[in-house]
Amino acid sequence: MMFSQPMMSHQLTADADAYAGKSAETRHLKPGELSTGTTIMAVSFDGGVVLCADSRVSTGSYVANRASDKIAQLHDHIWCCRSGSAADTQALTDYVRHFLAQLAVETGRLPEVKVAAHLMRRLCYQNKDNLMAGVIVGGWDPVCGGTVYNIPVGGACIPMPFALGGSGSTFIYGLVDAEYRENMTKDEALALVRKAVSHAMARDGSSGGIIRTVVATEEGNVRDYVSGNALPYGPAGW
Amino acid sequence: MSELTDPAIGVDLDFPSGGFSFDNVHRNALIERHISSHPSSSHYPDHHSSSSSANRVVLPLATKTGTTIVGVVYRDGVVLGADTRSTNDATVADKNCEKIHYIAPNIYCCGAGTAADTEKTTELISSQMELLRLNTGDRQSRVVASCTLLKRMLFRYQGYVSAALVLGGCDVDGPHLYQIYPHGSTGKLPYTTMGSGSLAAMAIFESDYRDDMDEVDALGLVRRAILAGIYNDLGSGSNVDTCVIRTDGTVIMGRNDIMPNEVGPIRERVNRSDALNMRPGTTAVLDDAYVGSGGRNGGTMMVGGVSLADVTVTAMET
Repeated sequence: MMFSQPMMSHQLTADADAYAGKSAETRHLKPGELSTGTTIMAVSFDGGVVLCADSRVSTGSYVANRASDKIAQLHDHIWCCRSGSAADTQALTDYVRHFLAQLAVETGRLPEVKVAAHLMRRLCYQNKDNLMAGVIVGGWDPVCGGTVYNIPVGGACIPMPFALGGSGSTFIYGLVDAEYRENMTKDEALALVRKAVSHAMARDGSSGGIIRTVVATEEGNVRDYVSGNALPYGPAGW
Repeated sequence: MSELTDPAIGVDLDFPSGGFSFDNVHRNALIERHISSHPSSSHYPDHHSSSSSANRVVLPLATKTGTTIVGVVYRDGVVLGADTRSTNDATVADKNCEKIHYIAPNIYCCGAGTAADTEKTTELISSQMELLRLNTGDRQSRVVASCTLLKRMLFRYQGYVSAALVLGGCDVDGPHLYQIYPHGSTGKLPYTTMGSGSLAAMAIFESDYRDDMDEVDALGLVRRAILAGIYNDLGSGSNVDTCVIRTDGTVIMGRNDIMPNEVGPIRERVNRSDALNMRPGTTAVLDDAYVGSGGRNGGTMMVGGVSLADVTVTAMET
């Protein structure tokens, strides 16, 4: 039994026992469940947000998908980065996308990022016993401009100027704290997220592949990616 | 409650409701726990009597398709591939099963995992897709629609429906290929592999896949990927099944496309003794010498001490 291990209050002891022998990060997953052992981040800038993610999806030590898309669109200008169980986070984003689309039709105006984040938070919190999902919601709305909300595993919802998530984030908190400045331009924010995520991918075994980015502004959304052999930082010879 | 099923009325027609039933899961868990705690009352033969885990009772296992299934998108369509081995623990349960399932006329789906689950899941979605076509008046189903139905169902069952799928097809938006995991996560990819032989097959894809292949190259790549699974994965074996779905709507099912494990010609080559090659209904003649009770008597055959030469044959008076 692993009672000596610190556990979150909602975590059943039976669960901790059943899947013992895995790392702390993957213990919550059922056997064979896909994990987006991940590096994700979002940074708000004047007039929008930059969202960024690696592309690795793994089952245990096997890479199930090396070019996946962990940045999902929730509405016209609202996006989210997914981490944790791939199945859970896909189901969550599908629900939030549905509710936001309904809301937009009923109110006849663009939904706020705040609303998207709190819909996501409500699903994450109310189903916390059955979910393994850490999500960053970010986007642009006419009321608050570029906004980022972090929704970690328990179902909290915290507005932040920038947010990090996933297993790789622990390696780059210091880097991002040192490099982040208020009132960055879009290009400065893009350069920061690419640099940070490439460093995380180099140190975290569960992160890798390519870097995907989305820039969400009033004008629209710009998707981009950096190939695995063109990262700003990485193993030599790649 | 309908009047047909209301127990107060006393009529219970017991209509099968369809779908999956997990009634026996709880019962089996109870049986397993009960037997494990009372080994003397075991109704099951104890397979582990000599090992240290003498009290451990193993319930019958579901037939799994330890499998190699693959899919590739090429210039004008999708190619799916599968091996044909179905296993029950370490035993081959079926040497030539079908793992490429029909979803719609333009969509097919390869299944790995528990054989019954992949079969029933694809059947169920296939029926839902047909009803959707009839209700909406569409001529053609969309691949993304069947992907969504599959992922919603698998997510609802939280991974207990053990179906790992490769879904491929062509619709108005062109060719599409999805991988779907038992817990309900999906991915859209240009090429994918699943099942126990997925690593062997992916090794072939990662070295030889190219964007915008023609049909001949794509089919060759799929065949080699499945063969890699058949030869290098214990859970996969027997024959290669393929399925080509073109953007023009035509489908070519390549059932037993390659049969690298045909034993017929090998059996023919084996030189066996004539005694083993007798046709049905024949009997071996061990000796053609007749020995009567009197034995041989100067070349005259004797029956019961009387020479056949002494017998005169007369017509019977009637």
